[in-house]
Amino acid sequence: MAREISYQQAINEALRQEMERDPSVLVMGEDNAGGEGSPGERDAWGGVLGVTKGLYPKFPDRVLDTPISESGFIGAAIGAAAAGMRPVAELMFVDFMGVCFDQIFNQAAKFKYMFGGKAQTPVVIRTMVGAGLRAAGQHSQMLVNVFTHIPGLKVVCPATPYDAKGLLIQSIRDNDPVIFCEHKLLYGLKGDVPEESYAIPFGEANVVREGKDVTIVTFGRMVHLSNEATAELAKAGIQCEVIDLRTTSPLDEDTVLESVAKTGRVVVVDESNPRCSIASDISSLIAMKAFGDLKAPIEMVTAPHTPVPFADSLEDLYIPGPAKIRGAVERVARYH
Amino acid sequence: MASIHAVTVPKWGLSMDKGAVMAWHKQPGDRVRKGEDLVDVESDKIANVVECPADGILRRQVAAVGDVLAVGALLGVVADEEASDAEVEVLVTQFQATFVPMEAAVAGGPQPQVVHAAGRRVRYLVMGEGAEALLLIHGFGSDLNNWLFNQEPLAAGRRVYAIDLPGHGESDKHLDTGSVDEYAACVIAFMDEVALSAAHFVGHSMGAAVALCVADSTPARVRSLTLVCPAGLGPEINIDYLTGFAEANSRNALKPMLSQLFADEALVNRKLVDDVLRYKRLEGVREALEKTIAAQFAQGHQRRLLRDVVGRLPTQVLWGAEDRIIPPQHAEGLRADVAVHRLAGAGHMAHMEAPAEVNRFIASFIARGL
Repeated sequence: MAREISYQQAINEALRQEMERDPSVLVMGEDNAGGEGSPGERDAWGGVLGVTKGLYPKFPDRVLDTPISESGFIGAAIGAAAAGMRPVAELMFVDFMGVCFDQIFNQAAKFKYMFGGKAQTPVVIRTMVGAGLRAAGQHSQMLVNVFTHIPGLKVVCPATPYDAKGLLIQSIRDNDPVIFCEHKLLYGLKGDVPEESYAIPFGEANVVREGKDVTIVTFGRMVHLSNEATAELAKAGIQCEVIDLRTTSPLDEDTVLESVAKTGRVVVVDESNPRCSIASDISSLIAMKAFGDLKAPIEMVTAPHTPVPFADSLEDLYIPGPAKIRGAVERVARYH
Repeated sequence: MASIHAVTVPKWGLSMDKGAVMAWHKQPGDRVRKGEDLVDVESDKIANVVECPADGILRRQVAAVGDVLAVGALLGVVADEEASDAEVEVLVTQFQATFVPMEAAVAGGPQPQVVHAAGRRVRYLVMGEGAEALLLIHGFGSDLNNWLFNQEPLAAGRRVYAIDLPGHGESDKHLDTGSVDEYAACVIAFMDEVALSAAHFVGHSMGAAVALCVADSTPARVRSLTLVCPAGLGPEINIDYLTGFAEANSRNALKPMLSQLFADEALVNRKLVDDVLRYKRLEGVREALEKTIAAQFAQGHQRRLLRDVVGRLPTQVLWGAEDRIIPPQHAEGLRADVAVHRLAGAGHMAHMEAPAEVNRFIASFIARGL
């Protein structure tokens, strides 16, 4: 039965159902089991924002607390995956990924390739992305593009509770390393989610809204801000098609190009910094493969090329919002 | 006594909370008759036509093309000549002053319920009140939302049940064999569970074969049969559709399949495809559909033929003239007392493409039998 649950609850439910289904699935991360020495019940935390809360009492042998050493436990998760387990490691903020780049880029992403297909690494690294939590420049980045760059990694960034559950289940069942990017401002978002288990295939974008005038290509939290902008634009007579990529690797090129063939006008909305971003990647894809369809220059709406500011007022300016998206769509729509 | 009728945005299906006005078929001042096409409205799922509620004149178009209005909002006013312009104006003013749009979740409206029948969870939706009961049974790969244009109109003065068959919708996905007989046994178990001793059956496609199977095994539970584009009357079927539907797991693979269901392929919009994909991704669905195909078809033909059951009970057959899944020729040569109605401009989903006609045929058929 479908019922409304939050993005955070959908992730928790996906973990629980996969742990019930497959005894090789385990969960590990800082304070996932509750944190040794924390007051009260052992299940006190469930990760920094409580996403894995409630799993420890159900699966005491398969929910592991780790030291505050990302390079240590991410390496352990990757090793366990290579040895036949399906670990889901929680790396609190994507910003901390830097200390375990060797394990991720050089080891997990390369095993299948370096060993001629004889090794597989079914690890999932769950991590929080995005700005807006007033957590400053070292806890707020949108580094989806960094992982998308690396062959051998799959990169997922769900926008809704329904997608969060189905894509996490797919991530756990996938035999390659998956970077699962959860936007911290979406945890409270509610939506219809079936109680039953289901998997959403990778590389299939979601056409969130159909329209004939301008294509907006986006993902993650920006799907919602784009939708907000389109409601205003529709009143002004501009019908937008909104495409949620859902996974940036693999990328659903067909859905993007089909839409561009229809509209000829494109705005790419990405919360990352603009250089070497998903926005620039999608723009180059369209410029190369759909140049003949274009009726206007491609616009990118992204954060500026600066760290995420700590001051509330500056962080609000930093994050691409509906007003900026609307402006870009209007310019593209009016271009002759 | 002047007769004045408000024409309002209808509610098609559980999730509809607003509709967009697409086109008016009549202009202010036009003479209109009850049941005539008045205005096209589109929800986020599907487009359909709003019929004229009474004979008279279209006096006002309150809603303009392009307007997006809440369910129940005023579209226009139909009245006879006796009604003065002032009276029409009063109705419009009062309506607009008092109209409160429903919340998106439609609190208080009928919601699906769940029973456990013979060990299986079965979801159903019941609407209306009255002594007579109707039971709507959907086809292969579908669910109770399929009756979004039929259940509420048919529920005037009667109870109308729509169920999700096992393996479908939000009922349990497990099937033992997937045969027509297993589905029929589940329907009987459901009727026991909700204390429904007998009902008028309306079945679509495989659901019609299921209805025939119930009529064959336990005729006392079946007061009449309305078979819409039914399976079970002949061997031919579009097996490529069935296997293609079962296999498709992406939007691009599924859309060409769903397009075969309708005469007007434009009805297959993003939301419809997404809803079917969501169902198809659920654990157990693929197995259920594959079992059903394996049990019900051999060498691309229907195995369970129930032609000899037709006519043992009051039976009518409704068929979309442009059905591309099951040939309408299967309705030929049935007993003379079985009424057969071909619906022009409708495909396999005749109850969705020609809902007003289908609803009229069902209502008058049941009324005649009483």
